Amino acid sequence: MPAVAPSEFPPPFDPAEVIGPPTDAPEDRIEVGVAIVGGGPAGLACANKLMQLLADEPELLEKLGEVPVAVIEKGKVPGAHLVSGANVDPSAMERLFPDLPPEEWPPVYQKVTKDATYFLTKSKAFPLKPPPPNFRKEGTYTLSVSKLGRFLAEKAEEAGVYILSETSATKLLVEDRIVKGVRSGDRGRGKEGEELANFEPGADVVAKATVLAEGTIGHLTYAAYDYFGMREGSDPQAWELGVKEIWEVPKPLDRVIHTLGWPLRWSPRYKESGGSFIYPMGEDKVCFGLVVGLDTTDATFSVHDALQLFKTHPFVKKIIEGGKRVGWGAKTIPSGGYWAMPKRFSVPGMLVAGDCAGMVNIAELAGVHYAMHAGMYAAEAIVETLKKDFESVNFENYDAKIRNSLIEKDLYRTRNMKQPLTRGLIFGGAMASAMVATKGAFPGGHWKVEDNAEIPVEIGSAGDKYPQPDNELTFNKLDSVFLSGNATRDDAPNHVRIQTRVPREVAQTWVSMCPAQVYEIPEDQLESGAPEVDVHVTASNCVQCGAITAKGGRLTLPEGGDGPLYQET
Amino acid sequence: MAGILVYALHDDEGNFNKNSLGAISEAAKLVGEIGGDAAALVVGDVSDEACAGLGKYGATKVYRAKSVPEGLAQPIVDAMEKVIKEQGFSYALFGGGLLGFEIGAGLTARLGAGVTMEVTSVKVQDGKLVAERPILQDSQVADVGYVGEPGIIIGRLNAFDAEETGGSAEVVDVDVELSEWSTKATMVKRGEQRGADVNIEDADILVGGGRGLGAAEHFKLCEELAEVMGGAVAATRAVVDAGWYPYAAQIGQTGKTVAPKLYLAAGISGAIQHKVGMQNSENILAINKDPNAPIFEFSDFGVVGDLHKILPKLTEAIKAKKGG
Amino acid sequence: MKICVLVKEVPDAAVQKRIDPSTMRLDRSGEKNLNPFDTHALEAAMQIKEGGAIPVDEIVAVTMGPESAVRALHKAVALGADRSVHLSDESLAGSDVCATGYALAKALEAEGPDLVLLGQQSDDGECYTIGAVVADHLKMPSLTQVINIEVADGKLRCERQAEYGYDTVEVELPAVISVGDAINEPRYPSLKAIMGAKKKPLDTKSAGDVGIEADRVGEAGSKTKVLALNPPPAKEAGEIIEDEDTNETVEKIVAWLDERKLI
Repeated sequence: MPAVAPSEFPPPFDPAEVIGPPTDAPEDRIEVGVAIVGGGPAGLACANKLMQLLADEPELLEKLGEVPVAVIEKGKVPGAHLVSGANVDPSAMERLFPDLPPEEWPPVYQKVTKDATYFLTKSKAFPLKPPPPNFRKEGTYTLSVSKLGRFLAEKAEEAGVYILSETSATKLLVEDRIVKGVRSGDRGRGKEGEELANFEPGADVVAKATVLAEGTIGHLTYAAYDYFGMREGSDPQAWELGVKEIWEVPKPLDRVIHTLGWPLRWSPRYKESGGSFIYPMGEDKVCFGLVVGLDTTDATFSVHDALQLFKTHPFVKKIIEGGKRVGWGAKTIPSGGYWAMPKRFSVPGMLVAGDCAGMVNIAELAGVHYAMHAGMYAAEAIVETLKKDFESVNFENYDAKIRNSLIEKDLYRTRNMKQPLTRGLIFGGAMASAMVATKGAFPGGHWKVEDNAEIPVEIGSAGDKYPQPDNELTFNKLDSVFLSGNATRDDAPNHVRIQTRVPREVAQTWVSMCPAQVYEIPEDQLESGAPEVDVHVTASNCVQCGAITAKGGRLTLPEGGDGPLYQET
Repeated sequence: MAGILVYALHDDEGNFNKNSLGAISEAAKLVGEIGGDAAALVVGDVSDEACAGLGKYGATKVYRAKSVPEGLAQPIVDAMEKVIKEQGFSYALFGGGLLGFEIGAGLTARLGAGVTMEVTSVKVQDGKLVAERPILQDSQVADVGYVGEPGIIIGRLNAFDAEETGGSAEVVDVDVELSEWSTKATMVKRGEQRGADVNIEDADILVGGGRGLGAAEHFKLCEELAEVMGGAVAATRAVVDAGWYPYAAQIGQTGKTVAPKLYLAAGISGAIQHKVGMQNSENILAINKDPNAPIFEFSDFGVVGDLHKILPKLTEAIKAKKGG
Repeated sequence: MKICVLVKEVPDAAVQKRIDPSTMRLDRSGEKNLNPFDTHALEAAMQIKEGGAIPVDEIVAVTMGPESAVRALHKAVALGADRSVHLSDESLAGSDVCATGYALAKALEAEGPDLVLLGQQSDDGECYTIGAVVADHLKMPSLTQVINIEVADGKLRCERQAEYGYDTVEVELPAVISVGDAINEPRYPSLKAIMGAKKKPLDTKSAGDVGIEADRVGEAGSKTKVLALNPPPAKEAGEIIEDEDTNETVEKIVAWLDERKLI
């Protein structure tokens, strides 16, 4: 069968669906000063910084009204939908809370003092000496981004921010090409979208400034990019999927570990670029995960199952032996880097910050601190603008701040590091090293980022290697979803948009790709070998990682409060 | 103080509830170790014969409060308070069921006594009773002891088995003055049967159907089997999602939790979302054509085979056995 | 009429619950939420108010819990309660059913409600009975597991499923009613209500404020004690057979069922 690209089967979704003017009567609209969509590091750093700045601007604070800053978060609590490694550069936290020493940051497990990178083969682990500089994490702090969300939200609430959790933002309110705010999602619809007995419609939230910090999925953000032409000249965004587990272990781990190689295949034919991380979480826990680009070509490749396979390697087994799995999470990371960022970070009334603006340095595994810095720049820009002219909607000063910041600098320096890796590990590795050695000068030029969905897929043999779950070391996807605390309503409307009758290769790609077993090909069609199959969607399994958007479908937002309740990812 | 007083629930025809009979048997066993009498409390105008008959299960005395109405908890709290205080019982024991919970709880307030509910087992430690009760969705079992006397023990449904050990009980009539608030609730209609409801939580036997059935119409196989066995039909979330069976029959993490005497899982893989809703069934029989299905790890009897072939034959065989 | 709704903050359903072995108490450090059954009680209160059969002057959410319990009260207010009362005191920690019922009753006494509603069970305690304990202290009639409430002639007509089927019971006010989750479909709070919740009056009361006697509450005042925690009884691996001859298989199944007196 010739390989086929998922992009040939675009999802039934029109970005125009999520953009429009306010529809509530003016007296019913909820007025806030600044509306921030997303309770992640970017959004919450922005919220905290705003209140800090407004403490010195009593006039402006009063003008912003009863609710000066509101954060709209779709998870049950901020942090419920956050997943990352993560070894975080302390600069952002130090900038936001200069009086709080890192030892006292609640989400932190330890400062990284020792790190090592290994190349794995099927049975061995070769330390890479000298370790690749982009994986050096000394001086950073290992933390849980899920706990970071809770901590930043707590600080924000103490400072007077309204955190509206269990609330999704489903529409960007735009009038005369000015962003006026967002509309919150309806709650209480049935499977067919019908209004149930306890239906509660969303509400228009209007604000002087709207900050979109939606994270990797960027539901409203990407629609806004289209509408306002903010990505003209940018490369398409690409994503990597990370699947992570947290284990209680009897033996503490003394170093931060990254691995390359097995179980990913090195040949450029498979485009399996990525690697794993294994981090200590204090004395009694470790976390580890596999992060792989979503441009893989084998339709049977599954990051979730490759991670199960990864655990059977003697090197990994030694670390988690005698332990118990206590956490699981999955999320995508934008990997396009510099060339895939939008050309503009603001339009009248709106600013974009963090992962949804592509502010991730995937080559150096960093994104959390950039998100927080961006959130703080957004806060500064908003206060500067509104202080000068309360009726202004021009936040171009934010663009200038980003362009002059380490976000721009670091992403530019690593602008061509990721792309070569899709040409195979050997070639890519060489190019990446060259980039690091020359601080970004070589190779120069512009290595284009490829759209994940445009890459043709075919049925391969990756799936043959995955172990049968033994429920002690290895697990199946449903057990993993259970561990994520996912408690989505069974009769909720389906929020996943895909074409449901597609070639087998495309269907199989989605089935394997999804870490939560949302997609299934009916058994009889699997066995029949038909070239075209139906795809059955169990939307209530979805942990909102965003992979489907990268690979030809579209993740829209389920009702607020749905999805996982991550604790420590 | 000594002995155990057991509340004996009965219907409007004077038939005693099997959980109450089980509690009496349990009490009889326990007083053998801690001393005192195992006695029962009966309210309403129940015949001497029926009351004395409780002796078969081990009660030595039956206190009968003729004027106290059956069916509502608070008047019975008044009755039990009186008998416990006058006779000096150390423990009050209830078989599983709603009224037992309400009466036991009311007694807690009345007597300032400790209460444990959902008790699955009672043991004796240093001459005192210790109640075992599962907690946190049955993930652990707590041993609970009492401070002072009396102590109140409320059993889980079907925790205690009725055992006939023979004997006859002495029937003693008691006069009970009802508290003012015990007269403020009136039974208008008791024990109404409602057909339409799919009540799977009280069924002793459940036949659960999952994806392995293949299509909605194959639920008929489950229904026919459930019918001959006198049970009800349950479903997994997957098939309810697919519209094959109503949500009211769904068992699992999202859905109902059941613990019937028999759970027959047909075409159910046993993934944890379903397992947590039925893992405490007394007997689990699984039929699945996949030998690696997780359900076989916790079923009591597993059959690897095609349910489309097995269920109809099983239905026939059971029908024959019951009829013949 | 004044309705008090007893609410409780419990660990979120998605959080793996565990007992802290050093205190033998539930580890409450993870995410917490308003007990799901209490949302049904709040909805029942709102429906009585909106039904108009009896004029309802106010709905008061009442909880007993540590500092964090205010979140449950905010949620309750977002769902329609007019104000809330937080009974919070260190001396109450470790209270068992007996002690908790007494403490809640004292807090309610101070409010003087005409109707007390609560959810029939909490996700953590799994006791199903606190309503009955509270009612006896308050000297009010009580019913638990109620799945339908109708207001008629100043009385409540309640339905609930008991041992023999559905009972219909008429209850005079004031009364304490625990509701089951089948009674209604709780509404979602509107964004406006959520944002306005923090502004509604919240009274914090100590044990002394409502006349609670210290020796009747807390761990010292409890009449039950958790002596030990054990894993649940292990299930032995069962027998597995392969169906080669269906008639034979069925015979084996029937024999197995018979042995266990299941047919």
